[in-house]
Amino acid sequence: MVALTIVRLRNIFAVVMLSGIYSFLMATTFLVLDAVDVAFTEAAVGAGITTVLGLAAMALTTDREKIPTHWPTLPLAVVVVTGAILLYAVPDMPRFGAADSPIHRHVVPRYIDETPRAIGIPNIVTSVLADYRGYDTLGEVTVIFTAGVGVLLLLGRTRRRPKGSTK
Amino acid sequence: MKEHLILRVISKELIPFVMLFALYVQMHGDYGPGGGFQAGVVFAAAFVLYGLVFGLKTLRKVAPVAVVGALVALGLLIYAGTGVAGLLLGGTYLEYGPLAHDPVHGHHYGIMVIELGVGITVAAVMITIFQSFAGRGEPEQD
Repeated sequence: MVALTIVRLRNIFAVVMLSGIYSFLMATTFLVLDAVDVAFTEAAVGAGITTVLGLAAMALTTDREKIPTHWPTLPLAVVVVTGAILLYAVPDMPRFGAADSPIHRHVVPRYIDETPRAIGIPNIVTSVLADYRGYDTLGEVTVIFTAGVGVLLLLGRTRRRPKGSTK
Repeated sequence: MKEHLILRVISKELIPFVMLFALYVQMHGDYGPGGGFQAGVVFAAAFVLYGLVFGLKTLRKVAPVAVVGALVALGLLIYAGTGVAGLLLGGTYLEYGPLAHDPVHGHHYGIMVIELGVGITVAAVMITIFQSFAGRGEPEQD
């Protein structure tokens, strides 16, 4: 419902605030699913930083969305078809939390079995993230690094006026 | 927002605790939920709050653009350097076992160090993005 409101609203300030609320709701959902690490990230990044950045961007531009000139037929069709395919695939998924689903039989038993012995830390999420999947995390940090550098290059410079020009 | 006395006082009180919590999340990531990403974001949030309440100029004094920019690279270098350290000590890239005499401890140290790298980069990038965004609205200065 929050998402529908976001789509319909044209006041960007309200949209930013509702996105924050949406993030908090998602974080609660993750918490219910026992994914505490993900919930934490969602609450901090999605609800915290993104809201502030959205407000900052809004302060630079405008707080009213332009009325679109045409009905978005193609994007709407893509979204509907993708959603239909995903829904079609849902019944084929293993039952939620089933112990014999593929995801629980592949590498997960090894991680759960080995982490206390080989790595010696209780949080398996951290051990997978930083150790077994170390390359992935290195890639993620590189992505963040690149994002930071990109923003610095695009926005960070205070443009200097040519010498001799008056104010 | 400099005229809001209550906001200033409360955020001044709050910021040390936010930072302390970020450090806790950073160092406790091995045992509980959390880790470098979350800690970095929380740490940056403290700076963002400071910048919102006390103005961007004050924030630039606390976190100069050059220093934050250097930290962006430093975090990634720590991460990649840990991999190289493992390489030099006789393992494969990003293998933590050789970092200490006991491979289990090596893994533990490795995770702690790379999480620190992640945290530094994430915090610095978030602060950079905020400074850049907020800095656009200001009149230009030489």
